[in-house]
Amino acid sequence: MKLSRRRALHLSAGAAVLAAIPASLLSAAAADATPADERLQQFTGGRTPLRDKITLTAPEIAENGNTVPVSIHVDSPMNRHSYVEAVTLLAPGNPNPGVITFHFTPNSGSADATTRIRLAKTQTLIAVARLNDGTVFMDEKNVKVTIGGCGG
Amino acid sequence: MATPKPRVKVPRRAAAGEIITIKTLISHKMESGRRINKQGSLVPRQIINKFRCDFNGETVFSCDIEPAIASNPYFSFKARVDAGGVFTFTWSDDNGDVYSTQKTIELTS
Amino acid sequence: MTLVATLIVGALLSVAITEPSQAEPVDDSLIIDGELQMTTRVKAPPEHPLDEILSGWLYRTPETRAMEADSFENPGMLYVEQGEDIWNQTSGALGRSCATCHGDATLSMNGVGAHYPKWHAASERPINIELRINQCRIENMAAEPYAFDSEEQKALTTYIKYQSLGQPVAIDLDAGGMRSWWGEGKNLYYRRMGQLNLACASCHENYSGRHLRADHLSQGNSNGFPTYRLKQASMVSLHNRFRGCIRDTRAEFPPAFSDELMALEVYLAWRGAGLSVETPAVRQ
Repeated sequence: MKLSRRRALHLSAGAAVLAAIPASLLSAAAADATPADERLQQFTGGRTPLRDKITLTAPEIAENGNTVPVSIHVDSPMNRHSYVEAVTLLAPGNPNPGVITFHFTPNSGSADATTRIRLAKTQTLIAVARLNDGTVFMDEKNVKVTIGGCGG
Repeated sequence: MATPKPRVKVPRRAAAGEIITIKTLISHKMESGRRINKQGSLVPRQIINKFRCDFNGETVFSCDIEPAIASNPYFSFKARVDAGGVFTFTWSDDNGDVYSTQKTIELTS
Repeated sequence: MTLVATLIVGALLSVAITEPSQAEPVDDSLIIDGELQMTTRVKAPPEHPLDEILSGWLYRTPETRAMEADSFENPGMLYVEQGEDIWNQTSGALGRSCATCHGDATLSMNGVGAHYPKWHAASERPINIELRINQCRIENMAAEPYAFDSEEQKALTTYIKYQSLGQPVAIDLDAGGMRSWWGEGKNLYYRRMGQLNLACASCHENYSGRHLRADHLSQGNSNGFPTYRLKQASMVSLHNRFRGCIRDTRAEFPPAFSDELMALEVYLAWRGAGLSVETPAVRQ
C-alpha cells in the first residue's frame, strides 16, 4: 500500500475500515462497501478491530447449515472499568450478513455466549467485540456448509 | 408450535461472586421471511427479535436477534451472582408478543 | 468378512472417496446427561445381513452428537414437553385426556414404545404408535384422529416413545401375521426403485459409513424416530422420512401408514433390534 498505516487511519471511516478488513470480507469491487462492511463499520464506529482477545468457535464442517452451533469468548476482567459491551456475529455469505449482537454488562461475569445459527453456504463467519472504551477485536472461522445425501 | 414455550436452566444455588452458566431455549419457528411454502408464496418473517436476562430487575445480558438465528433459539451465557434473587427471562416476538419466565437462585454462603 | 477386516476395507474405501476425518462411525459412547448409558452398538443375530448394528448417532459430527447427549441441549425435548401437555389435555366428545385412562405416562408408557410396531388383530395388520393414538382417540375419546404429521401427532408420539428412552428395541415377530409383513418389508428394502434405481439397501447396507455428497451414510435404523432433524429444525416422523428418502430416489412414494410402509417399519425395527430407543434423537 502507498499509504502508511497511520495515514490510512486518518482517512474517512469507510476507507479505514476497508483497509483493516480481512480479505474474506472484501467483495470483488473493493471500492464499494459490502453490506457486511457497512455492518462492521457501524459496529466498530470506524475503528480497526485487532485480532486478539476474542475467540470464535464454530464447526469446521456444519452437519446442516440450518442449525450451526457457535460460541464466542472474550478475554476481559468484566468489571466496571473494563468490560465487553457487545459482540456481533456477521455471516457475509448469507443474504443478510447480520446474525446477532450480544450485549454484556459487568454483571455477566464473563463475556461468553453460545447460540445456533443458519448459514446459507460455506463462508467465513466473523465475530467482533467492542469494549466499553470503544476498542474493538475480531476473530473469524471458515465453516463448510454441505449439501446432504440426495438433496434429502 | 402452539404457544412458544421457554425452557431455562439455572443452578438453584451459587456461592457469592460465583459466575454461573445459564442456558435457555424457546420453541419458535423463526420464520426468516425467505422461505417459500408449498403453495409457492413467500412466508412472511416472524422471529424472536430480542432476548433479555435480568437479575433482580437489572439487565445482565441481552441480544438483538436477526433471522439467521436457527429455529427454537438457544442461548447460553454467564452471570455473576452476588446475592440471591430472581432471574427474569424475556423473549420479544416480531408480532408484539412477549414470552417470559423466571428462576430463583439462592446463595450458599 | 471379520468385523476388523470390514472396518479396514471400509476405511480404505471411504478414504479413497472422501476426507479421512469422517470415514467410519465414531468410537464414542452415548450417555445422556452423564447418567443414562445408551446402547448404540449391538452384535447382530446370525440371520442378520450385517455383523454389527449401529445407531445413526455414531455417524454424526461431534457437535450433533453433543446435542443429543444433553437433555437440555436437545431441542427435541421441547416436543416431549409439548407431548406431555397434549397427554394431559382433554380432547373429544367424552371429555377425556390420555391421562384419564393411562394416568402418569412415565409409568403406564414406560417401555411401551420399544415394542412397537405390534400386531393388531382387529385390523389384521401391524400397528405403530401414531396409529394406536388415533385408534384410541376414535374408540375411547370420541375424538378426531390426528392427520399424518400434524404437530400433535408428532409431539405425542415423541412423548410416548421417550418413555422408552434407553430401552432396547424389541418387537414380537411371532404375533399374528408379523412374519409375513416382515417378509414384505424385507422385499421393499432390497427393491430398486425410481429414476435413480436405488433400494434402501443400496445406501444403507452397501454404503453405510461412506459419503453421499457430504452426508455420512448411516445404517438407516429407526430407533431414534421421531427425530429432531437439524435440516427442518423440528421433529421428523418415521413415515415422513420413508417418503422423503423414496422421493429422493425419484420414485413415487407410498402414503404414510400404507401397507408398504407399515411392512417396512416392521422390517426396520427388526434390523435395528437391540439398539436403545433414542427418541428424540438429533440427526442432520
